[in-house]
Amino acid sequence: FAVTGARIAWAAAEDTKKALMDFTGGAEPQTGRITLDAPEIAENGNTVPVSVSVESPMTAEDYVESVTILAEGNPSPAVATFHFTAMSGEAAASTRMRLAKTQNVIAVAKMSDGSVFMDTKEVKVTIGGCGG
Amino acid sequence: MAKVKPRVKLQKKADKGEVITIKTLISHPMESGQRKDKSGNVIPRKIINSFKCEFNGKPVFSCDMDPAISANPYLEFMAKVEESGTFAFTWVDDDGSVYTTEEKITVE
Repeated sequence: FAVTGARIAWAAAEDTKKALMDFTGGAEPQTGRITLDAPEIAENGNTVPVSVSVESPMTAEDYVESVTILAEGNPSPAVATFHFTAMSGEAAASTRMRLAKTQNVIAVAKMSDGSVFMDTKEVKVTIGGCGG
Repeated sequence: MAKVKPRVKLQKKADKGEVITIKTLISHPMESGQRKDKSGNVIPRKIINSFKCEFNGKPVFSCDMDPAISANPYLEFMAKVEESGTFAFTWVDDDGSVYTTEEKITVE
C-alpha cells in the first residue's frame, strides 16, 4: 500500500486551498450550519462513509446551492460535489469515499445568498485506499 | 467487465410535502487512475463522474464525482414530494456510457 507516499505526490495544502477557492469564489468560509460526519477511525480507507447536512429552509429563495467535499491528504483533494434544489427538501447527502491516509476531510457549503460555511473532521486511516 | 447495474431504494407512497430519503447504488469499479498494473503501467481512470435525479422532469439533486469516490458508488439524499410522479436517475461514465433507471411514487 502506498502509505509511505514516496511514489505518489500527495495533494499539497495549496491544492486543497485552490480547490476551496475555486468552489467559494473567494468568499471567506464561516463556521456553523454545516455538519460533516465521518468516522474518527477508518480501518479501510477504500470505503469510508461520509455524510453532510446543512441547516437551511430550502425554499426557492433561500437554499443550499452546493456542498463540496475535499480530502487534504489524497493525491487529488476533490471527492464529490453535491448540488441541491428547493425540491431536495433538506440539504443532506451521504456517500462513501477513498482516503489514502490519515487526514482532514473538509465539507464546504455554498448558500443561494453567496455565503459559505465549512466544517472539518480528522479521519484516522489504518489501511490506505489508493491501491498502488 | 461486469454489467453495470443501477439500484435505487425509496418508499412507494408518501404524504404530500413529505421529505423522503432516496438511496442509490451502482455497481462500478471506479478505477481511480492512481493504480498501476503488475508491469508498472498506470491503469487508466474510468469512473462514473456524475449523477442526477429528476422528479417529473425537474432537477432534485445532482452530484459530481471524483476518483476519491469508492467503488460501487453509493449516494443517499432527500427529496420533497408534492405530487405523484416518477423519479428519473442518471449516471454518466467517463467513457460516455449513460445508465438510467426510474422509480414511481404515489403521493396521497
